[in-house]
Amino acid sequence: MVHWTAEEKQLITSLWGKVNVEQCGAEALARLLIVYPWTQRFFDSFGNLSSPTAISGNPKVHAHGKKVLTSFGEAIKNLDNIKSTYAKLSELHCEKLHVDPENFRLLGDILIIVLSAHFSKDFTPACQATWQKLVGVVAHALAYKYH
Amino acid sequence: MLTAEDKKLIHQTWDKAVAKQEDIGGEALFRMFTSHPQTKTYFPHFDVSHGSEQVRSHGKKVVSALGNAVKNLDNLSQALSELSNLHAYNLRVDPPCFALQLLSQSLQVVLAVNLGKEYTPEVHAAFDKFLSAVAAVLAEKYR
Repeated sequence: MVHWTAEEKQLITSLWGKVNVEQCGAEALARLLIVYPWTQRFFDSFGNLSSPTAISGNPKVHAHGKKVLTSFGEAIKNLDNIKSTYAKLSELHCEKLHVDPENFRLLGDILIIVLSAHFSKDFTPACQATWQKLVGVVAHALAYKYH
Repeated sequence: MLTAEDKKLIHQTWDKAVAKQEDIGGEALFRMFTSHPQTKTYFPHFDVSHGSEQVRSHGKKVVSALGNAVKNLDNLSQALSELSNLHAYNLRVDPPCFALQLLSQSLQVVLAVNLGKEYTPEVHAAFDKFLSAVAAVLAEKYR
């Protein structure tokens, strides 16, 4: 079980309260597909991903990004129990979606950069450290049920 | 690798970022130390606390080297050749690409903090490619 200090929990929940989940989620997913184009392999059915503009404007990317970050919110509601929160999703990503867990790490890093751009100096070094820990824990939980 | 458009974006962005914050190098290093404490193992001789003069000074060195890389995007291998030797034979930051990826992440965070919306997906992609290329050159002579 991951140990979170009171300060870390505070840094997570107070920032999360200010996050526009739909906007940040869409942006994070779009950036994943733009910065690491090989990740597009999982989204053949999404239509036009031919350029950064196309990706950023793609409604399926937008909707799926929102879905992904909404799910992230579940981890934040269950910080003391992230592994079991993501057990089913982990199985899904392994058995049905066949996603290499390295991609979770990439998305986590991208989310951090999206948050940095949005919150600027409020995204302090302590904030970054806590959120890097969180995305690492989420990535680990999503990979946990792989077999 | 780096397209002509990437190079243009890197030049513009780098100049803007360096002008905005004097201490981007020091800040990136401090963020990396805070987020990934294992990176401090390469600096046992440093005061790594916030605002440390050693970190500021080292940050300036890193930014200066990156600035040189930005001016020589067509020839990174040659421009970074001495630093490449240093990292391979003296510093031996291990594993080479992994630890440098941690610095790349923190550098990009500082760029995003300072540039906000201007750190667009296209700029982000260009910089990620650039920093990966730099890390690859620095790791070239490892074995």
